[in-house]
Amino acid sequence: MADKAQSRAMAARLLEAFRAAGALEVTPDILQPAEALLDLYGEDIRARAYVTADPLRGEMMLRPDFTVPVVQEHMANGAEPARYAYAGEVFRRQDHRGPARSNEYFQAGFELFDRTDPEAADAEVFALFEGLLAKLDLTATIGDMGLLRAAVDGLDTLPERKAALARHIWRPRRFQHLLARYSGQIPVPQARADLLAGTRSEAPWIGLRTPEEMETRIAALHADAEAPPIAAADVVALNALAELRCPADRAPDALRALGIGTLEPAIARLERRLEALAARGIDPAALRFDAGHGRSTMEYYDGFVFTFSAADPALPPVCLGGRYDALTRQLGQGREIPAVGAVIRAGLMADLEARK
Amino acid sequence: MSDPMIKLGVPSKGRLMEKTFEWFAEREITLKRTGSEREYAGAVEGADGVALVLLSAGEIPRELAAGRIHLGITGSDLVREKLADWDSQVAALAPMGFGHADLIIAVPSCWSDVDSLEDLDAAAHRFRATHGFRLRIATKYHRLVREFLIREGVADWQLVDSQGATEGTIANLTAEAVADITSSGETLRANHLKILSDGLIHQSQATLFASRAADWNGKQMRLGDLAKQLGVAAPEL
Repeated sequence: MADKAQSRAMAARLLEAFRAAGALEVTPDILQPAEALLDLYGEDIRARAYVTADPLRGEMMLRPDFTVPVVQEHMANGAEPARYAYAGEVFRRQDHRGPARSNEYFQAGFELFDRTDPEAADAEVFALFEGLLAKLDLTATIGDMGLLRAAVDGLDTLPERKAALARHIWRPRRFQHLLARYSGQIPVPQARADLLAGTRSEAPWIGLRTPEEMETRIAALHADAEAPPIAAADVVALNALAELRCPADRAPDALRALGIGTLEPAIARLERRLEALAARGIDPAALRFDAGHGRSTMEYYDGFVFTFSAADPALPPVCLGGRYDALTRQLGQGREIPAVGAVIRAGLMADLEARK
Repeated sequence: MSDPMIKLGVPSKGRLMEKTFEWFAEREITLKRTGSEREYAGAVEGADGVALVLLSAGEIPRELAAGRIHLGITGSDLVREKLADWDSQVAALAPMGFGHADLIIAVPSCWSDVDSLEDLDAAAHRFRATHGFRLRIATKYHRLVREFLIREGVADWQLVDSQGATEGTIANLTAEAVADITSSGETLRANHLKILSDGLIHQSQATLFASRAADWNGKQMRLGDLAKQLGVAAPEL
């Protein structure tokens, strides 16, 4: 295992490469206000980050990643387009033992904010990391969270159902449950049937949630009960999409073969991205495409996603990155900018280099 | 030379202690408190090389994890809540058939539209949009509740810490739902709360655990004998 000095040296080397690629170095604080992170990630982050308290600034977290503070800094006073680089420690609570479970490790990353040509930006970031990692025999996998989103948006069903499915794209288990419910594959529970038939509790009202909020939801449940189920063929196509894996050069044809009409703009974006990668000397046939990539682990990415992984499945990805346009919207207080970036685990990269 | 005794940690008072003593008595091992009523000292008869350590049930998971006791009896809920990756730190030897309690999620009974986790998730989403913050769930079982809700894919909730009188937090407007231990459900009903139909997080009972961190050097054979006498399988440690 690389020691701290070796990891730090690797992070510094990567930072230098990012600067040579035109990035401005940023140095976010190690102590980050917890509120923005908690609001963004919810309790998931509490399980993964160290929370501490400052007598004046309130609840703080030891930096669990760089992306959020870099986006905040850019949204507050960044010029466009912008390229940022950073290197330093991140801190992750670990609830499970294992060799790859460091709770403090060096990350080096590069983030690109550019609204002119998103696919060219995707290719620029991917090619930069591919070049840095080229000698390590890693497997590159790409995906696109926008595909599943486009397929959900294209379903012929109530907007409320589409919104509920879109909200759970990152939680596959709940997503599948809702899909089964909306397509009539699981029976309506007795309690729901009773509710729709008019059964109400006689218990006294308590708590902050109001009777009006409940009535609004019951009205929505009535509308849902009256709507036709999502067609079985649409469910089959959606599941086939989520499970699609193939060499990236064959992905556009494989996606078109699913016959999901509303997918076309997202497929066209994928094609433009693959062309932009090829123009940078990256052969799409050598990349794995996985339409479900990033669904359960890479929560803020909402478009292009990629990882570079070593053969040992016990190791975390050496590099992971992607597009996070929605995150800039959430943190931008009314403003937004398309953004794409990635990070490398510097210590892991040093280990793999040493083994060569 | 290391202390040759196997240290057995037992809850120091109340029903849990009495039931534990009974459980061992049925297996022809007598555990008893010695000295005055207030003194936490004990003795073991009927098993060689076992020393009794009387502890608060809440401290037994920590003492097992640290290896300061070899065996301990406490609720399986406490072990799972207090020890990260609990089964890498302790081995469960035997459920003991008492101290039953369910860790459940409950919401106000007046919420006619919420019966399941699916409903809770949908209500939480609307609640957050309306009130500007995530639906609050009061509990002291942070790890168990968090792991359960993340596994089930429920979103838009947050945990608020409640170390006691948890059922009252909803009426006091400091939480919208609770996750707590219940055996009969009476306290929940008295506070106008109902259990979600799929809101059972863990069925707890008093359990005999063995520490993986304790010094078992030269005590393995004795552990084997004790396990045989208790009618349980000797653990892989």
